[in-house]
Amino acid sequence: MHEWALAEGVITTATRFAEENNITEVTEVVVVVGELQQVEHEVLEFAFENLKTPLFENAKFTLESQPAKFKCRNCGNEWSFTSEGMTEDVSEAIHFVPEMAHVYIKCSQCGSPDFEVTEGRGVWLATIKGVKNDE
Amino acid sequence: MSDPRLAVIEKRLRGVQRVVAVSSGKGGVGKSMIATALALRLRDEGHTVGLLDLDFTSPATHVILGVEGLYPEEEHGIVPPTAHGLSYMSITYYSVDEPTPLRGEDVSNAIIELLAITRWGELDYLIVDMPPGIGDATLDTLRLMPRIEFMVATTPSRVAFQSVRRLLVLLKDLGVPIIGVVENMVMKPNAYVREEVEKLGLEYLGSVAYDEGVEEALGDPDALRRTRFYGELEKVSRGL
Repeated sequence: MHEWALAEGVITTATRFAEENNITEVTEVVVVVGELQQVEHEVLEFAFENLKTPLFENAKFTLESQPAKFKCRNCGNEWSFTSEGMTEDVSEAIHFVPEMAHVYIKCSQCGSPDFEVTEGRGVWLATIKGVKNDE
Repeated sequence: MSDPRLAVIEKRLRGVQRVVAVSSGKGGVGKSMIATALALRLRDEGHTVGLLDLDFTSPATHVILGVEGLYPEEEHGIVPPTAHGLSYMSITYYSVDEPTPLRGEDVSNAIIELLAITRWGELDYLIVDMPPGIGDATLDTLRLMPRIEFMVATTPSRVAFQSVRRLLVLLKDLGVPIIGVVENMVMKPNAYVREEVEKLGLEYLGSVAYDEGVEEALGDPDALRRTRFYGELEKVSRGL
């Protein structure tokens, strides 16, 4: 996923959550990013800074990376993602649409493209902390 | 917790007036050809039009349009390149000509990802070339694009229409707007499809005769515009 789209999604989702829960000031947002997304943290942080609304004025954005792991459905082999040796085009394809991993990555043991991404696929909002208006 | 991608999809489609899925219960009925020609036709009529190919396992619209060497521009997301006047988005920018063996959950994720990153801007129509059937992709588009309307393609074959009927019944049951049914590749006039569509209380948009010239026009939209198929689609686009 593109960093700017991701930042926009995080801010929209966190804003909705804050509104639903009477939070008037967000102090911390923790986003977990799967390694397969190959999100550039600096770009994401820059996007957050540019897109944030007054609700996030004093918010700390924390990004946690989760390593990507695969399990072959054909032979049961488990292995970890590495972008080493990937061409720029392939790396970019997986960055924008991580499911392209099934096009370009094969099981390191049997060569099957039928594998499960057991960890490190997604991007999700793990924590939102803020100041609640109890009035 | 929450998937932040879902929150941006609605924003991405905000400038799109109508989202029209061209779908079918069965493959091989000319759905991609209808979707592409319909998009070109609407463009020729002066509308701003996007074309999104969601048939990940068998994408075809890039072949019909003759799209080569295009790649989306990166600007706070992805801006679809313009192909023959259409804002055009396809998984083939990323998969090229390689097989794309995706299971259901992967299809869902890839659809979410594409919808979340693509910035369509202002469009009168976004035409979506759907994969056949009533599987994950169809259910996901209904979930993710609540304003979507369906144009359903079939051939005169009873086998094809039986699958199409299931799709139509599902859409009706879910209260999804159905623009109507197009009967494609008609070789001899037969009232079967029209009668069945009308029995369901739906609009029969018209029949399009089998046209050998379509194959010759692949990759060349100007040649496609000169086919009888393209001319006959006028009555279908009027249904919009």
